Amino acid sequence: MRVLTPSGLDHALALLAEFESSLTPLAGGTDLLVSWPHQNSDEVGFLDLSPLRAEHSAPRLEQDALVLSMLTTYWDVIASEEVRTEFPLLLAAALKVGAVQIQSAGTWAGNIANGSPAADGVPVLMAYGAEVVLRSTRGEVRVPLDRYYLGYKQSVRALDQLIVEIRVPRRKREIEWFHKVGARFAQAISKLGVAVTRDETGHRVVVNSVAPTVVRCRALEDHLDQGGKIESVEQVRALLSFDIAPIDDIRSTSRYRESVLSRLLYFYLRKANLRKANG
Amino acid sequence: MSLDRVDGLDKLSGKSAFVDDLTVPGCLFGGTIRSPVARGRIRKIHFSTAVDWSDFVIVDHRDIPGSNEVALIESDQPALASTNVRHLHEPVLLLAHSKLHRLREGLRSIRVEIEAAPPLFDVEAQPTKEMLQHGSDNVFKRIDIRKGDPASVFAKASRVIEGTYRTGSQEHVYLETQGMIAHQEGETLVVRGSMQCPYYILDALTIAFDRPKERFRVIQCPLGGGFGGKEEYPSVVAIHAALLAEKAGRPVKIIYDRQEDMAVTTKRHPSRVRHRTAVDDDGIILAMEIDILFDGGAYVTLSPVVLSRGTLHATGPYRCDHVHVHGEAKLTNSPPYGAFRGFGAPQTLFAIERHMDVIARDLGLDPGELRRRNLLCQGDTLATGQKVQDGVDLTALLARGEELAGVSLATQEYAAFNRSHPYLRRGVGRATFYHGAGFTGSGETHLASEVWVEGLADGRVRLLTAQTDMGQGTMTILAQIAGETLSVDPRSIEVVTPDTSLVPNSGPTVASRTAMVVGKLIEDGCRELQRILDSGSGPPSGKDFQNALELHHRENPGDLLRVSRSYQTPPGQNWDEVSYQGDAYACYSWAAHLAHVEVDLRTFQVRVTDYVALQEVGRVLNEVLARGQIQGGVAQGLGWTLLEEVILENGAMKNHQMMNYIIPGSGDLSPIRVFFEEIPSPSGPGGAKGIGELPLDGPAPAIINAVCHALSASIREIPLTPEVLMEFLGGKE
Ligand SMILES: Cc1cc2nc3c(=O)[nH]c(=O)nc-3n(C[C@H](O)[C@H](O)[C@H](O)COP(=O)(O)OP(=O)(O)OC[C@H]3O[C@@H](n4cnc5c(N)ncnc54)[C@H](O)[C@@H]3O)c2cc1C
Repeated sequence: MRVLTPSGLDHALALLAEFESSLTPLAGGTDLLVSWPHQNSDEVGFLDLSPLRAEHSAPRLEQDALVLSMLTTYWDVIASEEVRTEFPLLLAAALKVGAVQIQSAGTWAGNIANGSPAADGVPVLMAYGAEVVLRSTRGEVRVPLDRYYLGYKQSVRALDQLIVEIRVPRRKREIEWFHKVGARFAQAISKLGVAVTRDETGHRVVVNSVAPTVVRCRALEDHLDQGGKIESVEQVRALLSFDIAPIDDIRSTSRYRESVLSRLLYFYLRKANLRKANG
Repeated sequence: MSLDRVDGLDKLSGKSAFVDDLTVPGCLFGGTIRSPVARGRIRKIHFSTAVDWSDFVIVDHRDIPGSNEVALIESDQPALASTNVRHLHEPVLLLAHSKLHRLREGLRSIRVEIEAAPPLFDVEAQPTKEMLQHGSDNVFKRIDIRKGDPASVFAKASRVIEGTYRTGSQEHVYLETQGMIAHQEGETLVVRGSMQCPYYILDALTIAFDRPKERFRVIQCPLGGGFGGKEEYPSVVAIHAALLAEKAGRPVKIIYDRQEDMAVTTKRHPSRVRHRTAVDDDGIILAMEIDILFDGGAYVTLSPVVLSRGTLHATGPYRCDHVHVHGEAKLTNSPPYGAFRGFGAPQTLFAIERHMDVIARDLGLDPGELRRRNLLCQGDTLATGQKVQDGVDLTALLARGEELAGVSLATQEYAAFNRSHPYLRRGVGRATFYHGAGFTGSGETHLASEVWVEGLADGRVRLLTAQTDMGQGTMTILAQIAGETLSVDPRSIEVVTPDTSLVPNSGPTVASRTAMVVGKLIEDGCRELQRILDSGSGPPSGKDFQNALELHHRENPGDLLRVSRSYQTPPGQNWDEVSYQGDAYACYSWAAHLAHVEVDLRTFQVRVTDYVALQEVGRVLNEVLARGQIQGGVAQGLGWTLLEEVILENGAMKNHQMMNYIIPGSGDLSPIRVFFEEIPSPSGPGGAKGIGELPLDGPAPAIINAVCHALSASIREIPLTPEVLMEFLGGKE
């Protein structure tokens, strides 16, 4: 086993450029180390990002965006009054990730980079229209989070790139909602989760655990953007079917995921509609 | 009184050394190579040529000096498979190495080649000839309890209500996984580790090594939970560690990690229970026919006695003159199912308590009222003919439970709420039940438990038993019983950690028997000590006792003042093992549990919102520990009911990680409000009866009855995961 300890971000990027495929970035390690005793080989290499924590963990509010840094943890968000208040869904999701040990070690960037379809940090970021900032010795690119994933555990990130920032635009939102369904109240991987927002750019409905990646439900979004009514669970289910493809796995069934997602959205959107009608 | 846990500070401060905390110089790490299939013949074992095997210690069945078995009720389970395997993960070969990562490499680099045979996973299916693997019918044990003449009652009955109920398996999830260290000390093989029953291990070692007991010493380390999972399984780990240590000539430590532990060790028996009940128009039960089937897994292990307790609790606490209970435990090619808190009773009590609500619904009666019309009264007899005469008033117990839970008001409020809410439904449910304390039937007589009470020269008292403290507070309770009997400070009582070279065999720490059966022997032993020290002015207690003890030692220097006490069958207690007639247990604890639930029809999740656990337990010895037992048991029962699903693949647990096997966290629990009633029993110290397993019996029926109330449904299976509930409701609403 090899663990490399960079002295700064540039050094980290240089090491990644040099060793590329044999080096895995290690942030909080809460995904990477889970199956440690059961790995197939002892020949592994890590780029330990923790020495960069002092400089790259505090979230900051810029003029037009909230910037989560490379090593911003869930706890950093929970602890920040400003972020909490302006981005309540980030708080809601952070509080639903693991328990305090994981919240204080796990990072938002790690959640994105790990690429699990069940990631809880990703739906709320995507619903807020976040952008991922990727950097390597070759330069820097910004990718909207909803175009970051290419397939199950596949993304646009090249092996020499690090996620150095996540930029969340500051917009006025009319509705925002997050709901996670896990097998228990806390400390559970999502069976399904959903985040909904509406701002000047329109509706965003983002779901996890019902497709190979976290996805936007575009058909439902379009329906809502066009002022369409929400009339029945069946109607929501039909609209969702364009964008989701849930499967049976060890944690739940495709029927459950599809059905419960439709129901949650139906009851929520109907209430939100009513509020709009009355307000 | 509530004496603080005598081991509390050590546990809290991390001073207690669990087996994996022990460092033994020169110790090797041991691991297990297991069968990759559920059934077949071993063809060959392939060792990868990429690995240098010269510094590994390798053990297989040929290294077993005695009989290749994990001795328990029967001898069918091999310690290491020799020719055939009967379940996935069955141990085949053992490895040890001084480096943990080399051990892991070794474990990855051996392949067991097996000629697969068709496995049997469905215990309800009639086995074909090629599926027969035990006797002529795969039945490990068959039990019938008969009372009166049910057939003739059914023949005339106007109303017969039937129901079939199923319960799933359950994993113990003790915090500390299985682990043992073995090493040679002169002529003696010393085994220490995580265990509930040191003497079971001693017996198993003597048979596997074919050596007298004196050649072994079994020592219990502080235990991080057991729940029955450390009753029989540790014998397997102990034999393995001892075989490796003997071959290596060095100490060997085997510690299962969580995934291995969950995948390979015992779990609660899955069950199917069928009820046929004849009732009259007033809901009086006229006859019961109960058919029980337990999945025993691949070897007999403890299934016969688990089944026994299951059948003996199957009728619930109801009066009925005509009963036939038939029980079977049968083989499948799953890893053996085993002891788990409640020991078969939670399964059959779920069935009867659900069935009572089904009957009530059929008759249009309130389920509380139906119970009141049928609950046992003093002088009534159980199915075995045992007379209820311990003074409990079950009708009053249920009434008090219903009042504490606010049942009548809630019922009205919920009806209105359920009509108006778009997706939430609320309900309340109850269960009335009992749990026999101590070993079943003549078990205690056969065990003939022995304890020693020693009076020391410095005026203190020492207790020697084989009872293990697995977190439930054994050491505290025994010290407290002795302290109270002698009127001395319980903190001055020394409770010796079980070590078979030092303590007598007072039986296993199971079956809710420790405080009651062993505690009673301790109480008797202390009284005997007082009698010995009585100088004519009556048995001394308190300061007088200590003075008398010191005086005795001054007058008899070097004397070992030791009182031995052995279990005596109480006069008048009779049990017939063949006909299953008589006094099945020395006494019973009684309970009424009530649950309030809220069902979310968006997600089909069930949330328990309030829980009342009311029980009559003879006497509460230590209020804090007793409440802890009840609350922990209710939480564990809630998990079994709603969350914990053992998903099987090739007969063994597939979701063998805590990530995917969901036990409740604090956020999943409602308040658990605990209430006791006390009618002293002659069976236990100061009147105490067993309480360890009782609380596991109530949650499943109380919660599911509440869900059925909320949804006007009739659910007959647990675990009731949201997925199951959704399918049950057919996606309606
Ligand atoms: C007990 C437990 C509970 C959990 N509960 C939840 C939960 O409820 N919800 C949830 O979504 N997740 C949960 N997780 C998973 C995990 O905690 C999160 O996904 C977390 O956000 C991962 O962050 P990390 O910093 O620990 O990532 P790491 O484990 O360090 O890395 C994860 C992956 O991301 C890569 N990576 C990390 N940082 C970067 C970067 N800056 N640039 C490029 N690649 C990078 C790594 O190479 C690796 O492939 C849980 C994990 C555990 C152990």
